[in-house]
Amino acid sequence: MTYDEEPAYQNDGDFHERLIADVLAAYPDKSRKRRQKHLSTAKAVDAPAEAEDAPALTECDVKSNIKSIPGVMTVRGCAYAGSKGVVWGPVKDMVHISHGPVGCGQYSWSQRRNYYIGKTGVDTFVTMQFTSDFQEKDIVFGGDKKLEKVIDEIGELFPLAKGISIQSECPIGLIGDDIEAVSRKKHKETGRTIVPVRCEGFRGVSQSLGHHIANDAIRDWVFDKREVEHEAGPYDVNVIGDYNIGGDAWSSRILLEEMGLKVVGNWSGDATLAEIERAPKAKLNLIHCYRSMNYICRHMEEKYGMPWLEYNFFGPTQIAAGLRKIAAFFDATIQENAEKVIAKYQPLVDAVIAKFKPRLKGKKVMLYVGGLRPRHVVNAYEDLGMEIAGTGYEFGHGDDYQRTGHYVKEGTLIYDDVTSYELEKFVEGIRPDLVGSGIKEKYPVQKMGIPFRQMHSWDYSGPYHGYDGFAIFARDMDLAINNPVWGLFKAPWKKAA
Amino acid sequence: MPQSADKILDHAPLFREPEYREMLARKGREEGMPSNEETQKVADWTKSWDYREKNLARKSLTVNPAKACQPLGAVFVAAGFEKTLSFVHGSQGCVAYYRSHLSRHFKEPSSIVSSSMTEDAAVFGGLQNMIDGLANTYALYSPKMIAVSTTCMAEVIGDDLQAFISTAKQKGSVPADFDVPFAHTPAFVGSHVTGYDNMLKGILENFWKGKTAAPGTAINIIPGFDGFAVGNNRELKRILDEMGVEYTILSDVADQFDTPSDGEFRMYDGGTSLAATAEAINAKATLSLQEYCSQKTLEYAGAFGQKIASLHYPLGVAGTDELLQTISELSGKPIPDSLEKERGRLIDAMADSQGWLHGKTYAIYGDPDFVYGMARFIMETGGEPRHCLATNGSKAWAEQMRGLFASSPFGAECQVWPGKDLWHMRSLLATEPVDLLIGNSYGKYLERDCNVPLIRLAFPIFDRHHHHRFPVWGYQGGLRVLVTLLDKILDKLDDDTIEPGVTDYSYDLTR
Repeated sequence: MTYDEEPAYQNDGDFHERLIADVLAAYPDKSRKRRQKHLSTAKAVDAPAEAEDAPALTECDVKSNIKSIPGVMTVRGCAYAGSKGVVWGPVKDMVHISHGPVGCGQYSWSQRRNYYIGKTGVDTFVTMQFTSDFQEKDIVFGGDKKLEKVIDEIGELFPLAKGISIQSECPIGLIGDDIEAVSRKKHKETGRTIVPVRCEGFRGVSQSLGHHIANDAIRDWVFDKREVEHEAGPYDVNVIGDYNIGGDAWSSRILLEEMGLKVVGNWSGDATLAEIERAPKAKLNLIHCYRSMNYICRHMEEKYGMPWLEYNFFGPTQIAAGLRKIAAFFDATIQENAEKVIAKYQPLVDAVIAKFKPRLKGKKVMLYVGGLRPRHVVNAYEDLGMEIAGTGYEFGHGDDYQRTGHYVKEGTLIYDDVTSYELEKFVEGIRPDLVGSGIKEKYPVQKMGIPFRQMHSWDYSGPYHGYDGFAIFARDMDLAINNPVWGLFKAPWKKAA
Repeated sequence: MPQSADKILDHAPLFREPEYREMLARKGREEGMPSNEETQKVADWTKSWDYREKNLARKSLTVNPAKACQPLGAVFVAAGFEKTLSFVHGSQGCVAYYRSHLSRHFKEPSSIVSSSMTEDAAVFGGLQNMIDGLANTYALYSPKMIAVSTTCMAEVIGDDLQAFISTAKQKGSVPADFDVPFAHTPAFVGSHVTGYDNMLKGILENFWKGKTAAPGTAINIIPGFDGFAVGNNRELKRILDEMGVEYTILSDVADQFDTPSDGEFRMYDGGTSLAATAEAINAKATLSLQEYCSQKTLEYAGAFGQKIASLHYPLGVAGTDELLQTISELSGKPIPDSLEKERGRLIDAMADSQGWLHGKTYAIYGDPDFVYGMARFIMETGGEPRHCLATNGSKAWAEQMRGLFASSPFGAECQVWPGKDLWHMRSLLATEPVDLLIGNSYGKYLERDCNVPLIRLAFPIFDRHHHHRFPVWGYQGGLRVLVTLLDKILDKLDDDTIEPGVTDYSYDLTR
């Protein structure tokens, strides 16, 4: 099913290539050589004759997952951000210690909007900042003793915390602390789950390695450590890589439940430690953010024989495809249910598109986001008649760009680990009707008179997943683009000039 | 089905719809969470004196601190100089955090670069990152000055900024005479106010080192780390102009964090000119408006024969009196009638409203100088600042606070809490409640847990917009703070009395 009765739009690939040449000209030689491998346009592909899945539309061939160049203003974060900020931070009934100096935990405190239900500070701890607040003496003499005391104090003051994770900041790995030994000792003493995570910010090239390290910590410090009481059912699934930003996991879960599945674990938005522990007992892993959690899915496949399946719950085209793909794994009843769910929401979809498409048709969008959204939201925009002119990943890998080819049109500008300089020039050149990126990009773009939505935090709105979320997504894109403020930028006495 | 195209519900109302409530209840039964009774029992205990004692006894764990790390202060102060780009040497994630943090508060761009050090740099040092990084920064962003500070990673491995910058200049990364001031800003020492001090001193050293001062007539003013810098610095300059004082603000971020929307993205705007910064060595005095943001810098300025003085966030009547008197004394310019008239108008407003403010009790937290200035003003309104807390407050600061309490009968029952965090504050508010809480956005969790109305007057403010565009300093700023307090008190009174036929006899038209 498609909502795009218009002829497919075209991107001007030649123009985009010229923009790339222009930005590269500004770099010193050494950096230009490195940056040029990260910038390209989507190229046409010859459809493979007997492809198992639908063939890719384009090829997005850029280098990725490589060190950022010093001094260019990369937008990227670090491994700690990937582990504490993304994977572990949302696990609600555990305390996550930002282990090291105060800043990392302070700047990331409550910024991801991982919604959860609980009594914060009593049985849940997501929107709190726990830190060992390293001082000079901890650097000089080591922080292991302090960490032990920190764990003891958490035990006394937060007795309902089900576990503790230790999120390493840069100094930990540099001063030779043995947080694994502390974890084993304290686990032995208390019986509590304690997870050391070696996500020091200097490791790897971006948030991405932090995701991987965080996944490995689940494998090594949570799985098969305790007896799990769980009555397995035939329709048990885990949702993996949905962080419940603005409630995304809830507006997804409601659809899965409606089609008769039972979500026994949601990783990691609104998750409890019990949901992590029992995950291997489910029938199927459904993965939304492939980038941040494919590792643990592959592990569960190898170790427990659990299959996994990628899906996309942004926009009605992908939601319907996703529901059918998921249902195909189960029996005829589930498949019929999936069709019923799609049919149930069709009037809502039609009404949303009827309301917003006339206001959004033909509007050009540029995206620059993190793990899955640079491709996953493409069809949601297209469902509203909008066009994607450029997209790129902060911390994508080759497999992300390969998957992107299934979404974007020929000529689309592709930029990996884009620098602020490049993004500004691209936006200036293309002058899209909307840019979707992060807080650091928001204000420079808006100053240029171009509407903007934060596509990490949903700009404090959401959810955007599922059918209920699509209505909010459509409304938000409309209110961003069609607000009168964009018409007020030029003083009237300047217009004549 | 809760959602419709006519009335689109986002998260707040959507998840209160029956379908979602039922779904969340089903999820709740499968989560392995403690029973409601158990949770309630612990929740009640966390509000008890027993818990408070255990909480205040903790020595190693910090929970919800009200402070950030040094480099945040360093990049903030550097942003207040003409076309200056901060370059933070170390891991790149830190820089993403400072930029986000500042943008979320000011609703403005925040441009900072990193030397993007990774594991190999941790082993071999970050010299090559400095050499390449400075060259790229210079080529791409055309700054007039690059201010280098450090993340804790670079500090732990011991990178030497002076040597690295000098090598980078030899290698041609930037011209030999290009200004590259630097400061070591370890995150494990002090807080963001320390970083402000260190970087400011580093910038002054860049221009002043080896020179001799020829004392002139101007004075230097250091505003300090201040989330309200946009409004406050402009108010400060208005006051100085009104007095006819020659001055240099070190540093002035007002325009950098308040650029207009007219179609052009200005990566740099305003700021103290580099020429004025160099010339500032010849000032006859340097006045800091926040002692704890400037201790090393003032000492440095003093070494050039300048008179030095420091205040505690000039807010309220006595705070502003002291500001004007100090400026007058240092500059030799009298305080004009126009400002005395402004003073009278503030006093007039305070007198008009004193009935609503007298006897109100407060908890205040934030940076040490802010807490001092705020508490002083509260006592001028007849309020009692019962709990005054600064996570980055020292013993010396606590002594100053006790001195302040002793200066007024309204300070009799007030306590100071240096080095404590907002989880300590939760215990204080639960056991010794107050009428109002003054702090920043993080205080909303205390507002929720302890049912105390929050007034946002300190950095960072993420969940309310544009407050920082209006000053809190000076008599005009005092007026604005006064109105903020009154609005909170009177809005709450209206909320408490609004029920028709039950409490609305008190829902008075005139208050």
